Amino acid sequence: MDPKRPENETAWMRGLTQPRLSRRQLVHGAAGFAVLTALGPALAACGVGGTKGTGSAEDVDWTAWWQEQNATKNLSFANWPLYIDTGGGGKHPSLEKFTKESGINVSYKPVIRDNAEVLLQDQPGPPAGDPIGYDIIVMSNGWELGQLIANRWLTPLDHSQLPNFKKYAGEVATRLAYDEDLEYSAVWQAGVTGIAYDPKLTGGEIDSVEALFDPKFKGKVGMLSDNDEVGSLGLLALGIDPATSTYDDWKKSAAKMKEQRDKGIVRQYYDNSYVKALQNGDVALTQAYSGDIFQSNNSGYPDLKFVVPKEGAMLWRDNSVIPLHAKNPVSALKWIDFYYKPENQAMIEDWINYISPVPDAQAIIRDELDDPTVADSPLVFPPQSMMDQLREYPLNYTPETQKQWAGLFDPIIQS
Amino acid sequence: MGRNFKKKVTPLLLTAPANFWLWAFFTIPLISILWLSLTTGNTLDGFTLTWNFGIYPDAVSQYSEQFGRSFLYGGISTALALIFMYPVAYWIAFRGGKYKAIFLFLLLLPFLVSFIIRILTWQFILADNGIVLSALKDIGLVSQNAHVLSTPFAVIAGLTYDNLPWMALPVYVALDGIKRDQIEAASDLYASGYQRFRTVILPLSAPGIYAGILLVGISSVGDFLSAQILGGPSTTMIGNIIQTQYVQNQNYPLASALSLVLMVALLAFVVLYGRFFGSKTLKEFAG
Repeated sequence: MDPKRPENETAWMRGLTQPRLSRRQLVHGAAGFAVLTALGPALAACGVGGTKGTGSAEDVDWTAWWQEQNATKNLSFANWPLYIDTGGGGKHPSLEKFTKESGINVSYKPVIRDNAEVLLQDQPGPPAGDPIGYDIIVMSNGWELGQLIANRWLTPLDHSQLPNFKKYAGEVATRLAYDEDLEYSAVWQAGVTGIAYDPKLTGGEIDSVEALFDPKFKGKVGMLSDNDEVGSLGLLALGIDPATSTYDDWKKSAAKMKEQRDKGIVRQYYDNSYVKALQNGDVALTQAYSGDIFQSNNSGYPDLKFVVPKEGAMLWRDNSVIPLHAKNPVSALKWIDFYYKPENQAMIEDWINYISPVPDAQAIIRDELDDPTVADSPLVFPPQSMMDQLREYPLNYTPETQKQWAGLFDPIIQS
Repeated sequence: MGRNFKKKVTPLLLTAPANFWLWAFFTIPLISILWLSLTTGNTLDGFTLTWNFGIYPDAVSQYSEQFGRSFLYGGISTALALIFMYPVAYWIAFRGGKYKAIFLFLLLLPFLVSFIIRILTWQFILADNGIVLSALKDIGLVSQNAHVLSTPFAVIAGLTYDNLPWMALPVYVALDGIKRDQIEAASDLYASGYQRFRTVILPLSAPGIYAGILLVGISSVGDFLSAQILGGPSTTMIGNIIQTQYVQNQNYPLASALSLVLMVALLAFVVLYGRFFGSKTLKEFAG
């Protein structure tokens, strides 16, 4: 690594400043808090109503609706902190370029970390509804997004206005188990939950999830405290595809994960503090998110390794979605289409370094931006061989399946 | 009218803000929680009142281990806090002289830093290859595989540490309020150092100890951060369960029931404790 490279500095900065909480968990917390807070008024009315279908009417003709929408000159974009290209003075070159090309002024708010109200506000009041104040928010796949969709609190995308998406979106963005018809979600970035390890402590390479069950590493194995991750890992270890798994499979997975715990193999179920545990040597190997290890490598821990095990690894995604009653829906579509254009994607991707939804950005990052480290990283542009190993999360988004899932895996994580 | 009316109305007016506060932010939420615990449903379809009292025995039996553990950890950490802080408070009160304020300030100084930061620092210090354990491992005092994090010891240590000032302050106030004449009187009556402490100082400081135990005990039993950050797979406390059920699983009825059970258990503890040691302490200590 050339220390003069600006990418290293930004990655290092992010290593220092990134919250020690996982994206996925943050969304859990935020959505939970949102609904919890929303309970107040509901209780006052002496009954907690369900939120299902409380958004738009069921029979809206969205094609006609989109035709009525006029272009506006504004866009309000709520994102996670440090999740877009950032140059000197805190400017975002991609957003500036977007403004120059389209004439749309962007109000960029990296608030989704500590401002749970963003999600709380995404509760439109019928019938007309109050706009949340953002035209785009970035949400991870998970039951929270599932709930937003079930509530009809989102505006369906108009793909006729997304030619670049159609042309350039890679498999990461088009094969979504949680939104099969791509009705609401345009992937912003994706990532992998695999295994990270310290070769000095494991005494060799790791290539299988079996290592996480190896008694040799008793007390030195880290697991994530997210029940989706723990349960999915058990499914992978059993050779079951999580995406099509059933309740019976889940029970088998729970038995396997319980055994791992009861044998004393698991040191701890970590939130994002697993990164620190790995750096401190508390664990020799751990479940891990790809981006975290890439950043650790650039911030003083070059020896840590991340692997997609041969049994497969989980693929998660953060999605751009348009809240219901957004004021500038056409601008939102324009921005989505803008960042799916390879040259624009390259600007953003070269800074974020998670998995890009636009494969064609790879050549631009390598050749024009002259950054082969990022361009050739399989964790940014996964080759087909790796894509084939990435798995979709189980469909446990409905309240019943969520209850079943949590009922099986929470007692393992918290006992 | 006149004075009588004033006498009746003034206290009402003076307590009105507190009354409002308690009703708005304690009583009403408490009733809501009770009500919520008896409903069934989910956030999508809504929660309906089904008078599901069965949730209480279920919640208790399902999480009896975590309840027991919370009271055990809380009890141990409260006792440790008292053992550690009584001598400190004693020393500042009787030997601090004109620097009392400075000593108190120094005692509280670390607690001006956010709890999260302090507990994360503990995590760093106690890490397997951290400064403490790696040194002990190098000189062969502990085995290579030894670890402190993820053990009950780490959780109890974290709980104790976080609550030290809440024990130190009330004990200090009680000790500092003891009139020196009374101690002198004991000496004049030929009390030995031990007798002086046992029959005069300890009984007079009992209200401080009582308050300290309440403050520390209640907050450590319900704590979840220490277990979350310093604990392991088998140190989960009831606070962690409630947090998960509320925030992550949106199982509001179960979380509400667990909260209420915890509250009632703590309340029972406070009542019993008050009966046996509260107001009578002075007399009993004095024998």
